[in-house]
Amino acid sequence: MPGIFYGLAATAKRDLLLAWKRPGDVLNPLFFFAMVCTLFPLAVGPSAEQLEFSGPGVLWVAALLATLLSLNSLFLTDYEDGSLDQLLVSPQPLPVLVLGKVLAHWLTSGLPLVFVSPILAITYRMPLSVVGVMMLTLGLGTISLSLLGSIGAALTVGLHRGTALLSLLILPLAMPIMILGANAVSLASTNDVYSTGIWALGAYAIASLSLAPYATAAALRISNE
Amino acid sequence: MVRASPGPGPGNGKSSRSEPEASGERAVRASPGPGPARLDERVVADGLAGSRSQAQALIRTGRVLVDDVPVEKQRQTFHGDLVWLAHRTGLKGDLTLVENLEFERSLRAHSNRDPEEVYERLGISRLKKLVLRSLSAGQQRRVALARMLLSDVPLWFMDEPFTNLDREGRALVMELVEDHCSKGGMCVMAAHQDVDIDVPTTRVKIQ
Repeated sequence: MPGIFYGLAATAKRDLLLAWKRPGDVLNPLFFFAMVCTLFPLAVGPSAEQLEFSGPGVLWVAALLATLLSLNSLFLTDYEDGSLDQLLVSPQPLPVLVLGKVLAHWLTSGLPLVFVSPILAITYRMPLSVVGVMMLTLGLGTISLSLLGSIGAALTVGLHRGTALLSLLILPLAMPIMILGANAVSLASTNDVYSTGIWALGAYAIASLSLAPYATAAALRISNE
Repeated sequence: MVRASPGPGPGNGKSSRSEPEASGERAVRASPGPGPARLDERVVADGLAGSRSQAQALIRTGRVLVDDVPVEKQRQTFHGDLVWLAHRTGLKGDLTLVENLEFERSLRAHSNRDPEEVYERLGISRLKKLVLRSLSAGQQRRVALARMLLSDVPLWFMDEPFTNLDREGRALVMELVEDHCSKGGMCVMAAHQDVDIDVPTTRVKIQ
């Protein structure tokens, strides 16, 4: 029987391979993120003050929505082609396999957002020191979003067009992440103490890392009954 | 001793089950409970494998015991002993045959059979570099069979293993099952047609 880390690595590797073969699924949320961030200044006006003021909030809202957009497909294809059934009857612990899938999801949705965000942040006249803080908050925040989102994705996997329900389920859990993240970036841009927000986001990420895989595994078993 | 004592239930279709009296310490028993279980031909195999909706009826209303312990109490051990050929193959259309089977190897104990030999036997060795999406349904079915051969487990669950296969393919499936059972394995199969396998068999016909 292969070890659990082998199972985790294999699940993550397979999903990364699939993402590589279908780059559209990865690029869609990324385009959405970039689009929202570029459209905003056009609507609210290009004045420097306004951009500096709204920058952190807009970037964070766009990141949150982009992640929600990508979550829907987390278990959907597996459900449709029957490979989810195979995961469910595997002797590997389901939470570990789930963690592998979420890891791959974060690497293909959260991490690209973190790396694209500086380009967009600069258009909002964000100073470089603040850009670093924003990348850190986005990095920690998207980890939690992927993990928490997997619970919602698992619960709605059997329903057709569960996207709206998924957002509704996840938003209450995701809201604190967005508030903490955007607030930390705002504080950093006014040279205030922002470390509290970072610590809180870190704690949130650790809490979801330790609890979400179990919840997701249980949800998958429920929705496959 | 391997024993299967399935209980009959009202429902449609029919199901046949092959059960060898062979070496090993496992005893598998399934008995539908007093509840109004509606079994159709897929339920038995699916229910024993422990997944999917209607199949759960068997577990919910009756019980599946392995070594006299209910499967829900020993899910990990039970799942470590089985491989499931489901209605949907569970293979990724965007990946090649080899990539798909590589992933399967991480999920459960794998046999020491040479993969190349297995591909050869199933007649899929020339399809190795193609993505699964481009294969015919029958060929995909053969890849799913390769998954069973490449894993080292005593219990095979097969739900309609003859779907999409030609006469030759059906003979091959029966040959593989015979082979597996003669080596001390056990196979639970739900099928529409008559199965002609030369091993001790228990057949359950569900009307």
